[in-house]
Amino acid sequence: MLDKAQVLHVARLARLELSDDEVDRMAAELSHVLDHIEKIRELDLEGVPPTSHVVDVVNVLRADEPTPPLPREVILAAAPEPLNDGFGVPSPGAQ
Amino acid sequence: MSDLIDLTAAQAAERIGAGEIDPAELFEAYRQRAAADELNAFTWVAEAPPTGDGRAQTPLKGVPIAAKDLFCTEGVPSQSGSRILEGYRPPYTATVIQKLADAGAPLLAKTNQDEFAMGSSNENSGFGPVLNPWDRRRVPGGSSGGSAAAVAAGLAPWAIGTDTGGSIRQPAALCGIVGLKPTYGACSRYGMIAFASSLDQAGPLTRDVTDAALILRNTIGRDPHDSTSLEFPGTIELPSAEDLKGIRLGVPEDLTGAEGGIEPGVMDNFKQTLALAQRLGASIEPCRLPHAPHALSAYYLIAPAEASANLARFDAVRYGLRVAGDEDLTTMYSRTREEGFGAEVKRRIMLGTYALSSGYYDAYYGTAQKVRTRIADDFRAAFERFDFIVTPTSPCTAFELGSKTDDPLAMYLNDFLAVPMSLAGIPAISIPSGLSDGLPVGFQLAGPAFSESRLIDAAYALERAIEFDGSPARG
Repeated sequence: MLDKAQVLHVARLARLELSDDEVDRMAAELSHVLDHIEKIRELDLEGVPPTSHVVDVVNVLRADEPTPPLPREVILAAAPEPLNDGFGVPSPGAQ
Repeated sequence: MSDLIDLTAAQAAERIGAGEIDPAELFEAYRQRAAADELNAFTWVAEAPPTGDGRAQTPLKGVPIAAKDLFCTEGVPSQSGSRILEGYRPPYTATVIQKLADAGAPLLAKTNQDEFAMGSSNENSGFGPVLNPWDRRRVPGGSSGGSAAAVAAGLAPWAIGTDTGGSIRQPAALCGIVGLKPTYGACSRYGMIAFASSLDQAGPLTRDVTDAALILRNTIGRDPHDSTSLEFPGTIELPSAEDLKGIRLGVPEDLTGAEGGIEPGVMDNFKQTLALAQRLGASIEPCRLPHAPHALSAYYLIAPAEASANLARFDAVRYGLRVAGDEDLTTMYSRTREEGFGAEVKRRIMLGTYALSSGYYDAYYGTAQKVRTRIADDFRAAFERFDFIVTPTSPCTAFELGSKTDDPLAMYLNDFLAVPMSLAGIPAISIPSGLSDGLPVGFQLAGPAFSESRLIDAAYALERAIEFDGSPARG
């Protein structure tokens, strides 16, 4: 079960400003889904290694050769606020 | 012109090769159909055929392709079905799209999808739901719903989509077409807007098995831009099998039993298809995948966890939506994400963030990754006795729009038969196996990693025997 306080905590971690209505709905919906998911915790998984990757890939390396990046203006063309050849953002403020 | 639309992509390519069809004429025929689409299958349609000659010399001969919105395509809107990326035109092209273009399949259109590929009905798209061409009151499945509907309705010769937990196979099943999820790593993920990186795979949605083989053949291979991509062992052969002699099919009772919630009409069709496979020479026996019923739970921890990390990049700084204001940086992040993401995406970000949060990580994410190991082990053991594992692709046929939107868990259960293969990273194909109450049913075959050529061959033999008629969906 997730209560409202937990939902608000997780929403803050995920940088989501949920509305009051969403907080209530999310608490109910996530609790319902988690009730179903919880069943896997009853399985005996003693000594089972967690999957880190489904196929055997070990130490994938590439040659360290610099190649030209995309031009700055091409990247900045998609930015909401290009500023002085960079990305403009509001003040970080008091965190 | 209707003659052109009746051809499969492979047939059209052959006719182009023989000089009987002009590829520009084929492109224009499909372009006009796509532009007049009433199913909301597309998020963008090309305005003109590509210029330049020489396509007749390429393997795919200029037969155009539709690509799921989430594939980055230079200069073309690539939004992954999300309002947070509305109008975003990337400065580069995804590897598989580039490979298809190089092989002679130019881009016809981008297809609608569930937002960030999260959904099984296409109702989670930020650009409205897609309608199923077999019955417009029903969903096409998801998340590659636009791709499946477009191919089924003859609005595109073929399409490329992605499958994270069934997102190619389930919509293919619900729309009466073929959908193939390759082995994890077979195709590069470079330029695919990420959902769950350990699961996402690109693959074809096509009118028949031969077309799927043609796309796969031209998209596999290691890519320096994706360190999880692999050099595919061997080549993809075009299918030719006429029977299934000596093929051992395993039916996993853990999935096809009561817990799967498989509709009676789907189950009847599945049994008929098994009987047909037997007549073609296959042996059919029950098999065990004891952990597979837990795949759904593991999937709905692993995929949202990875999504919560992948979607952290939508910060209103480098691209996409920004909800303006003179507030501080954190407020800008939170308000933009609140406004830009749809309800299902927020739900999954929340679920994933919770599963990864301090104090819960081992209990949820860690446990899910152990279950994943068990599921892969189950398949490995089964493939010692069987060539392929077979199930219905989806527990149900296409359901009515809106009928499951209020119950996320009911929606997730659509993926029950598709996610075990995704978690194991193995290839699986869905072929149309008939109708139930006038709606298509899909039959799924799954094989060991890199068994695609054999899998395609077996699916082809079955396809020939089933003789499914997809023409009603093309109107």
